[in-house]
Amino acid sequence: MRGEIRFLLDDAPRSLSQLDPTMTLLDYLRQVEHLTGTKEGCNEGDCGACTVVVARPQAGRLHYRAVNACIQFLGTLDGCQLLTVEHLAKAGQLHPVQQAMVDCHGSQCGFCTPGFVMSLFAMTRDHESVPDESTIDDVLAGNLCRCTGYAPIVRAAQQAYTLDPRDDAFAANDSATLKQLIALQDGESIGIGDGLRRFFAPAGLDDLAALYEANPDATLTAGATDVGLWVTKDMKRPHTLIYTGRVVELARIEETGDSVEIGAGATYTDAMAKLARHYPDMNEVIRRLGSLQIRNVGTLGGNVANGSPIGDSPPLLIAAGATLHLRKGRVRRSLPLEDFFLAYGRQDRAPGELLERITLPLPAANTQFRAYKVSKRFDQDITAVLGAFNLTLEDGKVAAARLAYGGLAAVPKRAEKAESALVGRPWSEPTVTQAMAALAEDFQPISDWRAGKDYRLKVAQNLLRRCYIETTEPATATRLAGRARFGS
Amino acid sequence: MNGETAIKGGVYSAQRHDSGHKHVAGSAAYVDDLTEPQGLLHLCLGLSSVAHARLKQVNLDAVRAAPGVVLVLTAADIPGANDISPTHRHDEPILAEGSVEYAGQPIFVVAATTRDQARCAVRLAEIDYEELPPVLSFAEAKASGVMVTEPMTLARGDASAALAKAPRRLKGQLAVGGQEHFYLESQIALAIPGEDDEVRVICSTQHPTEIQTMVAGALGVPANAVTTEVRRMGGAFGGKETQGNLFAAVAALVAKKTGRAAKIRPDRDDDFVITGKRHDFLIDYAVGFDDAGRILAVDMTYAARCGWSADLSGPVTDRTLFHADNCYYFPDVRLASEPLKTNTCSHTAFRGFGGPQGMIGGERLIEEIAFALGKDPLEVRKLNLYGPGRDMTPYHQQVEDNIAPEIIAKLEADCAYWARREEIAAFNKASPVLKRGLALTPVKFGISFTLTAYNQAGALVHIYRDGSIHLNHGGTEMGQGLYTKVAQVVAEAFQVDIDKVRITATSTGKVPNTSATAASSGSDINGMAALAACNTLKGRLVAFAQENWEVPGDQVAFLPGFVRVGNQKIAFADFVNAAYLGRISLSSTGFYKTPKIHWDRAAGKGRPFYYYSYGAAACEVIVDTLTGENRIARVDILHDVGSSLNPALDLGQIEGGFVQGAGWLTSEELWWDDQGRLRTHAPSTYKIPACSDRPRIFNVELLKDSPNREETIYRSKAVGEPPLMLAISVLHALSDAVASVADHRLCPHLDAPATPERVLMTIERLRAEVAELDGRVA
Repeated sequence: MRGEIRFLLDDAPRSLSQLDPTMTLLDYLRQVEHLTGTKEGCNEGDCGACTVVVARPQAGRLHYRAVNACIQFLGTLDGCQLLTVEHLAKAGQLHPVQQAMVDCHGSQCGFCTPGFVMSLFAMTRDHESVPDESTIDDVLAGNLCRCTGYAPIVRAAQQAYTLDPRDDAFAANDSATLKQLIALQDGESIGIGDGLRRFFAPAGLDDLAALYEANPDATLTAGATDVGLWVTKDMKRPHTLIYTGRVVELARIEETGDSVEIGAGATYTDAMAKLARHYPDMNEVIRRLGSLQIRNVGTLGGNVANGSPIGDSPPLLIAAGATLHLRKGRVRRSLPLEDFFLAYGRQDRAPGELLERITLPLPAANTQFRAYKVSKRFDQDITAVLGAFNLTLEDGKVAAARLAYGGLAAVPKRAEKAESALVGRPWSEPTVTQAMAALAEDFQPISDWRAGKDYRLKVAQNLLRRCYIETTEPATATRLAGRARFGS
Repeated sequence: MNGETAIKGGVYSAQRHDSGHKHVAGSAAYVDDLTEPQGLLHLCLGLSSVAHARLKQVNLDAVRAAPGVVLVLTAADIPGANDISPTHRHDEPILAEGSVEYAGQPIFVVAATTRDQARCAVRLAEIDYEELPPVLSFAEAKASGVMVTEPMTLARGDASAALAKAPRRLKGQLAVGGQEHFYLESQIALAIPGEDDEVRVICSTQHPTEIQTMVAGALGVPANAVTTEVRRMGGAFGGKETQGNLFAAVAALVAKKTGRAAKIRPDRDDDFVITGKRHDFLIDYAVGFDDAGRILAVDMTYAARCGWSADLSGPVTDRTLFHADNCYYFPDVRLASEPLKTNTCSHTAFRGFGGPQGMIGGERLIEEIAFALGKDPLEVRKLNLYGPGRDMTPYHQQVEDNIAPEIIAKLEADCAYWARREEIAAFNKASPVLKRGLALTPVKFGISFTLTAYNQAGALVHIYRDGSIHLNHGGTEMGQGLYTKVAQVVAEAFQVDIDKVRITATSTGKVPNTSATAASSGSDINGMAALAACNTLKGRLVAFAQENWEVPGDQVAFLPGFVRVGNQKIAFADFVNAAYLGRISLSSTGFYKTPKIHWDRAAGKGRPFYYYSYGAAACEVIVDTLTGENRIARVDILHDVGSSLNPALDLGQIEGGFVQGAGWLTSEELWWDDQGRLRTHAPSTYKIPACSDRPRIFNVELLKDSPNREETIYRSKAVGEPPLMLAISVLHALSDAVASVADHRLCPHLDAPATPERVLMTIERLRAEVAELDGRVA
């Protein structure tokens, strides 16, 4: 067991054996390192003013990813390089993304600017040439600007590519940095602190399972995109934090013949790369559930396991017929995802039991999978209504139907009455109309700040109609977001 | 170098923001980035959890005993006045006394060694409330009839008689939501105690003088004991005109009580819950018109939910009425405001200052008439524009500089309005789910503070012996580029490169008795004040040159980098050094007051505005009729900034203002629960536009060759607020798309914000109404 975390701050090694387990990267940067370029805008991972870039060795190369420093715990940096806005300019020369922002008048008040700069910097690592505008929108979806209206920032993103943004000091040092970070990988589990506050970062799955079984009241965290808010907003101070991000097995995504096995620790970003081909709509909903900063650290497994009634992944995965694989110590069990959610805030998970992986069946040839997220804003918003539909169509009839909804009940839930109205019937206007009516029996949604109950039910019904139109009248335009975005 | 080379960064140039290179490097320092003084205390406010109650008992023992807590203050501990009412109505205590009037009202303040400790400690308070019924909704507020300030009525002619006589009449109601500023940098204040009764307050404020006044009042010390400083804000938008007073006051109170520096930076959620926002309105209207669509009579009542105290609600609701007419002539008119008291946060200034809500009411009249007559709304707009013989506003100011007709005509042609109108109709016919909509709306915005006294500004300019210049003025920098523009004015005046002009933090110790940087007036008044200071200095320098080199005054000229004296060219630095040696004062103040304006509120008559800024926007949207989701597809803007001091910064104000306005009218929804608690209090629940919400096609043009007809600074025009109202075109384009589901036979009466929910429910209502009209079942 190693009793310290080690990382690079730009190119300077840091090792910390004293660690408040819930200290955020942002507080560390501003209060300990006195690097005040990184700003706090919201303290909940929604505005991106605190965006920093974390470089991590993965499959033999460095992956640079933008993350929100405000809800990222410092201990999760072990084995990584941390780059902030202060590190981009070298020898008094602004980095090309910085220069382009200045030249295009991309800053007004300047408070969000460091975050934008870091997102743009990360973009230049992921994209060799200038990305299209939809990609830029997505790269910047987690950076809010209240002054510029974004137009000059998008112009800067494009102009940066005329200044060779990839030919920089970081590229020049890439292999040296990689070597330094690989040298930090010792395969040792980390345990810091004794007594009241403890931080663990096990290096292997067995270690993790044993540790969690032994400490069932510990808080398990991967991306901390939810746990981070318990700390920053609810002022909770979990005494023991177990970070799963160093467990390589847990992050694996493997395609077997008829399914994708998604490790509970796989980030949204990594999962999306595999899902895009099989489930484009699932991919699009996940793209919209959080910004790139969130998707770079948040996990599908965490979104399921924390049992939130407003998580976007569960309805998607329920419709697709996913299976969960849980583990407590050495004991493993599996269950269909829809059986996991027992009631509001209650899941079928024992103390000390963790989610290991999710089996996602690949769509069969005769199935139609559609998923739609409706929220006040397209990007980075919590869902008002999410509908995910998995229909098996044979000879014009609905042979099987799995309709799952989020935002309509205390748990993500299948629409059983609507499914009954579909199965065995022709996939036709009258059938859809009946199923839409049946949804009113399946769900009695509530009104809150995200949407009123009448709207929620109406949209739930209309999303099924959208699915019908898309599967029967493919020429009809139906979407304002995602792959078939209209009006751009 | 010869005298003809132009200077860098003079007026009319697209000079970059003075801090741009620092913003991108993280080296532009905001208040929270300053090196913290030794022994700094961090503060957190304890807030009311209920909307209206008598405070039976406030037990703070556990708070005092919490780790790190150094001091806990309540209203009883305030040595001076427990009052931060900006209009001196004494209705806004710093900390609650005896009762609370909104959920989120500060009751006590905790000072602790760390910010975390302070935030944890406030949660330990035990407060016993005797709850009273809160007034929350418009219905409740209208029923109670309590207003936070005197309402205003503007009238010309006899509106009710003209309405009765009009060939056609319509009446209706429009609800318009408020808006959170969402400045990226939250409120913040750092107070550093000085000797005797002195204190220095560094904070994020648009109004340093008011901070000084409020802090002095709270401490019970004279104004000269308090110095307020602000170098830059991370956004403000009106939200830091008065809303910083609370934070500055508590920081100063703790600093003087403890002798230690004190900083308060509320968490985003606290900032949302505590501070005021843009007022939401309920507008009742009646309009009389003829068969051609020409307006004959208007009667409108603008009710605003002002919150628990007056704050700026008086001038805000006044400005609402000043803009009800927008660009249109109302022959007989009565406009009334109802600034209603509610048990919610006290709404305040927000870019446009009530004007946008006024204008949106006027534009609804146009829309009603267009639907009633089956005309395109643009035709009705053009028919009702101010023009010769039809140029008197409801407040009896003559519109002398009307350029709305030209702007609309040019934009209408440039954006191919009529061709697109046809194309959209064809599209909508063929598209059962997605519907497009188009609207072109103009803006006329009155420039000047309606409180005449605020239309004054001061500046301070020093020239040092090496020719470098120190510039200071009463305006504040919130991102709009004011510092850059005023530095351009100074560079131009002395004909030196702008990098010779050092821009320094606004401080009440350098320029006193300043006005808020608000009402879009920043560069107009501070630019003029700086120019006045420069002219004073130039006058002294010319007089010195005449005497020193024995040349007539007309032979002394400031040329780029040089001063020509007779037939010699002297480098600027050498010239000013010579003046120093000649014992000439190289420091001067400058002062400006806006001419021509006057306003008699009781009579509802005068000239409140020096001039008007104009613009127009054509917006195209697309709506999903299954979900109400919508997108802005294209925007074309033609906007009037007079002779632009800085076209790059002005473009930024227009693009940014438009998107901010679009957010107000679409995705930004403030939602209070039935207990009066704001439930959209962070970016997770309150959705300002994100990058993909910007118009993908966004053509913005500054109106060319259109200098301000008034003698403003280099004939430029104010630009801060007017572009926000260009976004009214978004609401009208959405309404147009929605109307297509009923074949444009019915006025949609789409309220704002047009969230997907409001859009879909309006579509459903229209479908039902049109079915009923046709005798069908929906």
